[in-house]
Order: sequence, then structure tokens, then C-alpha cells
Amino acid sequence: MLLKRTLFTFSALLILNVIMSQNPFTNGKISGNFQIDAQYYQEDTLIGANEISEKVLINALSNINYSTEKFSAGIRYEMYQNPLLGIDKRYKGSGIAYRYATYNDGDWEITVGNFYDQFGNGLLFRSYEDKYLGFDNSVDGVRFRANPHRSLSLKGIWGSQRNYWDKGEGIVRGVDAEFNINEVNEKLGESKLRAIVGLSFLSKYQVDRDPTYKMPENVGGFAGRFDLSYGNYGLNGEYVRKINDPNATNNMIYRHGEALLLNARYSQKGLGILLSALRSDNMDFRSDRYVTGSDLMINYMPSLTRQHSYALSAFYPYATQYNGQTSYQAQINYKIKKSTLLGGRYGTDIALNFSRVHDLDRVQIDDETAVNQAGTDGYNSKFFSFGDKILFQDANLEITKRLTKKSRLTFDYVYLIYDKAVLEGSPGDDVVNAHITVADYSYRINSTNTIKFEAQHMFTKQDQGNWANAMIEYTISPSWFFSISDSYNYGNEISEKRIHYYLGSVAYVKNSLRVAMSYGKQRKGIMCVGGVCREVPASNGLMLSITGSF
Amino acid sequence: MKKTLIVFQIVLLSVLSYAQSNKQVPSVQIKTLDGRTVNTSVFENDGNPIILTFWATWCKPCIKELSAIDDLYEDWQDETGVKIIAVSVDDTRSLSKVKPFVDGRGWEYEFYTDANSDLKRAMNISDIPSTFILDGEGNIVWQHTSYSEGGEHKLFEIVKKIKAGKSIEN
Repeated sequence: MLLKRTLFTFSALLILNVIMSQNPFTNGKISGNFQIDAQYYQEDTLIGANEISEKVLINALSNINYSTEKFSAGIRYEMYQNPLLGIDKRYKGSGIAYRYATYNDGDWEITVGNFYDQFGNGLLFRSYEDKYLGFDNSVDGVRFRANPHRSLSLKGIWGSQRNYWDKGEGIVRGVDAEFNINEVNEKLGESKLRAIVGLSFLSKYQVDRDPTYKMPENVGGFAGRFDLSYGNYGLNGEYVRKINDPNATNNMIYRHGEALLLNARYSQKGLGILLSALRSDNMDFRSDRYVTGSDLMINYMPSLTRQHSYALSAFYPYATQYNGQTSYQAQINYKIKKSTLLGGRYGTDIALNFSRVHDLDRVQIDDETAVNQAGTDGYNSKFFSFGDKILFQDANLEITKRLTKKSRLTFDYVYLIYDKAVLEGSPGDDVVNAHITVADYSYRINSTNTIKFEAQHMFTKQDQGNWANAMIEYTISPSWFFSISDSYNYGNEISEKRIHYYLGSVAYVKNSLRVAMSYGKQRKGIMCVGGVCREVPASNGLMLSITGSF
Repeated sequence: MKKTLIVFQIVLLSVLSYAQSNKQVPSVQIKTLDGRTVNTSVFENDGNPIILTFWATWCKPCIKELSAIDDLYEDWQDETGVKIIAVSVDDTRSLSKVKPFVDGRGWEYEFYTDANSDLKRAMNISDIPSTFILDGEGNIVWQHTSYSEGGEHKLFEIVKKIKAGKSIEN
């Protein structure tokens, strides 16, 4: 299989080269990128870093694309020998993981091979990749896109999904249409009200060989969306529904799945307000009903919570619950004007954010059936109701202020409620209540040299107790970065676990090339990007990362 | 494995022989902040240079870079006519935050969104912030990944050189 694929790619490239040497398309270009991440691991029993028999693990990849004005084709070579800790072991190996060819004629486009795409907000269909998490659900198949009129975009996809070095058993096929009302004619184009509506349908096929249950072999779903804006106001939303789809993540229940996402915004210069809400009910949708984790996901359910970037604020990230969550979020961004009492000489930026996620409110379908009992309709849940259980809450305030021409200060306060038992699948663990404060100060010594200090503290009585973190970073713009940091779990109940996690790093950047090295300990943690989270085990050692493009 | 190596050699040779030609922004569909789908061919600045930068609402260094430029943008425009195009790679999770965020910050760049990273992928970007400088003809003449304080001065130096028709080497 792999050999065949390599041969195919080989001949495709050969043909490509012949074509290029004759150059029937003008301006053919080759471009690409590469990334190498390697780590040398040392055993550290205290933090729970096990001995790695290979000593060094590595992930590497390179994308190589050839493109002319209308045609493009490319491959991605990947190597995991063996995969870094935190990346799924099933990636072990190497080969061409992705190859595609696209022809674009302006009004229409066809792609064969692997592709990433989404319908609307992705609630029904989204294929994407995240190399840091080892997530890739690209579809291998055919995609056709067309714009029969400037107001109308149509899309059709057909294929199966990547599953590590293999493909999922199911077939995914779908169509999407998006209609931009303002593009219909000139009169509508001048309207202050902007309106876009979209509709999608998708179905997956997987043969039924289940020994216990009668499974639907074709599972269909549809979604409808709208996006309105009027001057400073905006409102958009999407509703998705799929038919019954018993699977390993919902305990084989026959309930339908549905979700609704709504966003309302108001903004003017210096002020932005956003209100969002999401309810998702049994909406875990995969092209293989027996897989779990992040395998073969067809759709995407966003977390309506702030994505933190400081180490301690990001300590307890919310992991979106496809099968049951009712959540809402409010965010206000405000700029206090320059030359005012509170704004000071340069103005002050304030961001206030609040989010809360409740579990679904699930009630028995009848007296004899337990909630979520396998082989039944599972449960009933009123659409506009909240479960009593709070899975996650995050209230935070961030103030950023330029103090002088040379210095800048950011202050961040976060109050979190984190249901560890549900979100990490570890029954019996306490709900974590945590207060986190961050101060981030940078001072420009001259036009290229800057020193930055970061101090963070987390106060919590649960889990591992209090943490403190300090970092000093020195940068010489635009090429050099040096930093040392220490995370100290001084509040741990067990005195041997009051450990310092020291980390030193240096990075060099030249144009698109970035080389970074770091040495030290990393705590066990959860890394989330997009809708996917992965547990990264504790480690101690030397890391090297090289990225670049050409 | 041997075959893979041969493939690589061919590709490497091709890269070497074709790397010389001018690179431009690939033709990819992105969206405006009010949800309209447009093609990257809308990137245009009357023959003046363009700074094209990729960012996200959750990316600290990206926000630092855009804030630092914000203080200088008017002067930059007066001097060189440069335009800044900022493409957010926020996905559905934070996509709806982009408009309130940039208005709240008072930024006045030209904004687009790339929710499923189609343009990011087509431009071979590994990490953000990633910044490109385009000359008056739309050729990508310079590229840089990451931001450190003071990096905006280097950006403007290059923009000035391009505007004056000078070589950007050194």
C-alpha cells in the first residue's frame, strides 16, 4: 500500500518535472516548508518522567507544493521515529501522508487527493490539522467548488478520512451552499444590512457488522446558518442536527444529535462587545462509530471560553464536550483614550471576559430506563435548559498599558472553576477553584534590546495546590530570544512534590527560519488547540525545534 | 524508502532550479470581517508596498506587534503609502471575537479571516506571527516569523527601501 502510494507520487512528480521543463503553464513555482522537533529525554522519577528507551524522539515533516496560476499540487512527507511524548503512538513510521492536485478555473475548482475544508462554522463538517497535537483528519477524496453566480458558492466533498497511517472505514460525503444576498444585484449591494445564509448536508456510510445492535449504515446530518450585520451590529448563528448514530462516545444510544451556536456583537472604535452561546447535545460525529479520542472526527464544536496564553492561566483549559454542553460567553474590549486621567499618555486596553459551561440537563425517557442506557434513546433534554452541574467557568480581566515610551505592563486576573473529574475523565477528583494573577512587564533598553519579566501565581486548594512562576526574557530584535523560567509547585500537599520546573531556552530567527533549543523540566499538562486537547506527559531533557519555509 | 529518497532528490533539484522566480500571494478564498468571501487578489495598494501579517486573538506576540505598529502606522503611511493587511487565523472558537477585538483596540488595518487556515497553509506558514512584505507589484520580497520588541523598526526599514526602489539585502 505504502509502496504503491510512493510509486504513484514518484511518477506524479516525474510527470510534473517533465511538464515543468516544457513549461506549458507560465510562472510555475515550487514552495514549501519543513519542521523538525526532537527531544532528548532524561529519566526523572520525581516529576514522573519515565525512561525512554530510544533516548531521543523526533517528529519531522515537509510540505512541498508546486503551483502555477491555475494548477497546484503538493505532498507532505512525515516522519515520526518514534513520535514525541504526547503524540499518539500510532503515528510511528514515515511516508507521504498527504498529496493533492487542484485545478482552479476561477469560477470552479476541483481537488483530488487530501484536502482540508469546512462547511460554515464547522459544526457539521471540518477537516483540519494541528501538528503540535498530532491531529489530522484530512479527507482523501474529491472536492468540487463552484461559483455559478457571484452571490452563490457551492461545494461538494466525497472521501474517507485520514487515521494516522491509515484511512477510516467510513465514507463521508456532503454538499454546502452559501448565498450572499448583497451580491445579487447592485441595489442590494448598497444596502447597509449585510446578509449571508448557508445550508449544508452531509452523510457518512459505514457498513453494519455490529454483533449486538442494528446500526444505521447511513447517518445524515444537516446544518443551516446565517450571518447578519448592520453598521456596528452583527448577529450570526448555526444550527446542526444529525439522525441517530449510536457510537462509542455516546454509549451506543439512539438519540439524535443537535447543536446551536449564536454570536451577537456590537463594536465601534475603542469598544467591542461580544455575546456567544452554544448548546451541543450528542453531536460527536465520526466516520467510524467505534473510535474515540480525537480519531476520525467529522465535525468541530468550539469551546466558548477564552484561550489563555500565560502558563498558569492555561493550566486548566476547557475541553469542549461534543456530547453535552450548554455554554455562554461575554467579552468586552475597551480602550481608554490617550491623554485622559485613566488612559495616561498612551491609552489603556481593557479586556473583560466571562464564560460558563453547564452540563446538559438529561432526564430519563421512561421510568424503566436509566439515563444514557445503551441501546435506548438515551435521554430527553429540553432545548432551552441548563444542567445543574457547572463543568467550567472562567471570569477574567486583562489590562494592558504602555507606561512610558519604553515600557509596557500587562496585568491579568483569572478566576476559574474546573470540573477535573469530567473534563479529564478522572472520576473522584475534586472540582478545582483557582485564582490566577499575572504581571508582565517589558522594558526597551534601546531600539533592538528588550528585557521582559513575567510573574505568575495560582492560588488553589485543590489538585496540586499553589503554583508560582517567574520568567525573564531577553530579546535582540529581530533575531535572538533568550529566556529562563521556573514554575514552582510550592503549595503541593506532598512535600517531595514541591518541585521547581526550570527551563532555559534560546531561539534564533532569520527570515522564515527559526531554530529553538531549550533544556529543562516540563510538567505534565494538557495542551489544547482548536477543539482538541491532548495530555502531554512530564519530561526532562533537551528540545530542539527547527522550522522554515522556502 | 529508497524511492522516497529519489522523490526527495527530484523535488530538491526542482526547488533549486525554480526557487529564483518571484513569489506572489497564492490565490485563496478568505473572508472579510462581515463574512463575505473574497479572493486574495483583493490585496492591493496602488503600487505601494504591503505588509501582510498573520495573527490571532490568542497570540500574544502577534498582538504586541500589531499594537506597536498601531502607534506608528500614520507616520508610516504618510512616508511610504504602505498598507497593512492583517489576516486572522482564529477558527470558529474565536472567529466571532475578531471584529469586537480589533475595534476595541482601535486598530485600523485591513482585516481578513482565514478560519480553516487555507491561506496560512498555501503560504507555508508554520507559526504565527508571520509577516511578509510585498512590493508594489505584489511580489513577496521579505518574510519573517515571530516578533520581538523593536521588530517593527526593521519592517519599516525594508518598506522604505522598497519604496525607494533599493535592494533590501543587508
